[in-house]
Amino acid sequence: MTSVDPAHSRRRVDRAGLVIAALLAGLAAVLVWDARGLPSTGMYGMGPEAMPVVVASGLALLAIGNFIDALRGNLPARESADPVPVVLILVGLALLIAIIGFGGGFILATSALFVTTSAAFGRRAILADSIIALVMSTLIYLAFDRLLTLSLPAGPLERLL
Amino acid sequence: MIDTFAALAHGMAVAIQPMNLLYALIGVFLGTAVGVLPGIGPALTVALLLPVTYKLDPGGSLIMFAGIYYGGMYGGSTTAILINTPGESASMATALEGNKMAKAGRGGPALATSAIGSFVAGTIATIGLAFLAPWLVDFAVRFGPEDYFALMCVAFVTVSATFGDSPIRGLTSLFIGLTLGLIGIDKLTGQARLAFGIPELLDGVEVTTLAVGLFAVGEALYVASRRHHTEEKLEPVHGSLWMTTEDWKRSWKPWLRGTMFGFPIGALPAGGAEIPTFLSYSTEKRLTKHPEEFGKGAIEGVAGPEAANNASAAGTLVPLLTLGLPTSATAAMMLAGFQQYGLNPGPLLFAERPDLVWGLIASLFIANAMLLVLNLPLVGLWVRLLAIPQPWLYAGILVFATMGTIAAKPSVVELSMLAGFGVLGFLMRRFDFPIAPVVVGLILGPIAESQLRRALAISLGDPMTLLQSPISATLLGIALIALLAPFVLKGLGRFKANED
Repeated sequence: MTSVDPAHSRRRVDRAGLVIAALLAGLAAVLVWDARGLPSTGMYGMGPEAMPVVVASGLALLAIGNFIDALRGNLPARESADPVPVVLILVGLALLIAIIGFGGGFILATSALFVTTSAAFGRRAILADSIIALVMSTLIYLAFDRLLTLSLPAGPLERLL
Repeated sequence: MIDTFAALAHGMAVAIQPMNLLYALIGVFLGTAVGVLPGIGPALTVALLLPVTYKLDPGGSLIMFAGIYYGGMYGGSTTAILINTPGESASMATALEGNKMAKAGRGGPALATSAIGSFVAGTIATIGLAFLAPWLVDFAVRFGPEDYFALMCVAFVTVSATFGDSPIRGLTSLFIGLTLGLIGIDKLTGQARLAFGIPELLDGVEVTTLAVGLFAVGEALYVASRRHHTEEKLEPVHGSLWMTTEDWKRSWKPWLRGTMFGFPIGALPAGGAEIPTFLSYSTEKRLTKHPEEFGKGAIEGVAGPEAANNASAAGTLVPLLTLGLPTSATAAMMLAGFQQYGLNPGPLLFAERPDLVWGLIASLFIANAMLLVLNLPLVGLWVRLLAIPQPWLYAGILVFATMGTIAAKPSVVELSMLAGFGVLGFLMRRFDFPIAPVVVGLILGPIAESQLRRALAISLGDPMTLLQSPISATLLGIALIALLAPFVLKGLGRFKANED
């Protein structure tokens, strides 16, 4: 039986799959580039540069494997995704990192993340959520920083407590 | 044999000290509370609660861990039964029949058979662990570095390629993990690899940062991105919680059969609770006297897979404690818990810190019994946790997830890595790459590398040492077969498909 199923042969090339393959190949290149900067030691056996090259070869092979899968359209079907909530959560994480980085403290940072995530999941009551977030993160701060003596970064709000 | 009893009795003496009982209770409680939240499986439960145990002594912390581990498993099945969102693939079989039972107003007996089945399976499997572990330890002390390396190759292949949907995607996940494992200072020569001049990267990637990023942040992003597709419906638990005599009669054999599937498969370095749970499900479906109920809420379909799931969880502790080999994401997190105290599970730990190891094994029994007592009466409380509105639930999960990192290393680089791993976890879920191999690769990659280099240094650089040791040669052969089998079988499958 050599007849080719027409629907099968015209299966679409998966663009996302091609990007994944390219990223893997790029990662392999970075590994090799980094390993070249390592001095090969004179001792018996493997130096520190050997394992990155092994892993890079594996990644290169897998890049080819993923490339073939993408050309054949072999990737599992995906449902549509809504980018807005994803971006909102990432903004929240960026806010958290910025507030911690600039010394704004644990309470403000996690409150910002709480409010943006809650908005990403469809809540529109920003003021109410902010109050909930502040109360909750203050309680977490007190419980973990004071009771369990974990050191959480302090900012202006924490110094008031 | 006698030694095992003596060691276990000694472990019990450690575990029933009042402080340790309290730790076990806290662990069980927290583990169930976090595990019951939708989308959170046992691995994430352990990862999220790791910072809580930071300040305890190793003994107390490991005991709390045992509670968290088993508690997370119980919590996960409650969620699977009541809202049909299994936090992990091992609970999928439970959700299949359990959710149907809940819809038919039999949520109570479903929860009861899953809790009692988990207790029975957990207890039998923990006994199995206690007797198998010393025997394996005796065997493992003869392992040289080349044998350890070969063993890790087996784990790499089975965890990523053999049991997934696509060996290519599983191996891709593994190699991402191996790459992450290379980051940092090489322990043998002090050379910095893949650090790009960033001082925070010199210490390497923290396992908890990776796990929490991939599991918690990734899951939140994924659920948010497809919120318009699904609506979770919480099934109320009405009617009696208690199982009827008929329920008992139909449950006890599936419990035992599930245990027989779960423990041995979990104990092999093949990993995964999925295979035994689905094996148990299909066996019960074949053996049942009520085949018409399957697909509509058959109690056997909950009892068997739940027992298999818990038994395999105890089974994965066998390679973890005796060989230091994690074969599931949860076991990988347990290993991270050991490592935070500079402890390396393996034959040495059995010899040097028997109080720790046997205390942990004994607390597994205690945690299991506590869960049975706690779970059934408190089920109303857990159900209320499930009713938290989704926006607050995921906002809270993210706050808690970032808190762990903030407490451990409050640096911009570490938090950015957490966010980056979150994006990676989101993309991997979206494109259907398995996540556990990344975590296993990060943990085992550096260990495998140092064992291989040690073996080659001993053999003066001769790679044949890997084949000269019979243990290593056998294990490498198994790894090779396990690697090639899915490709060959797939090829056969395609050949067959072409034929007809």
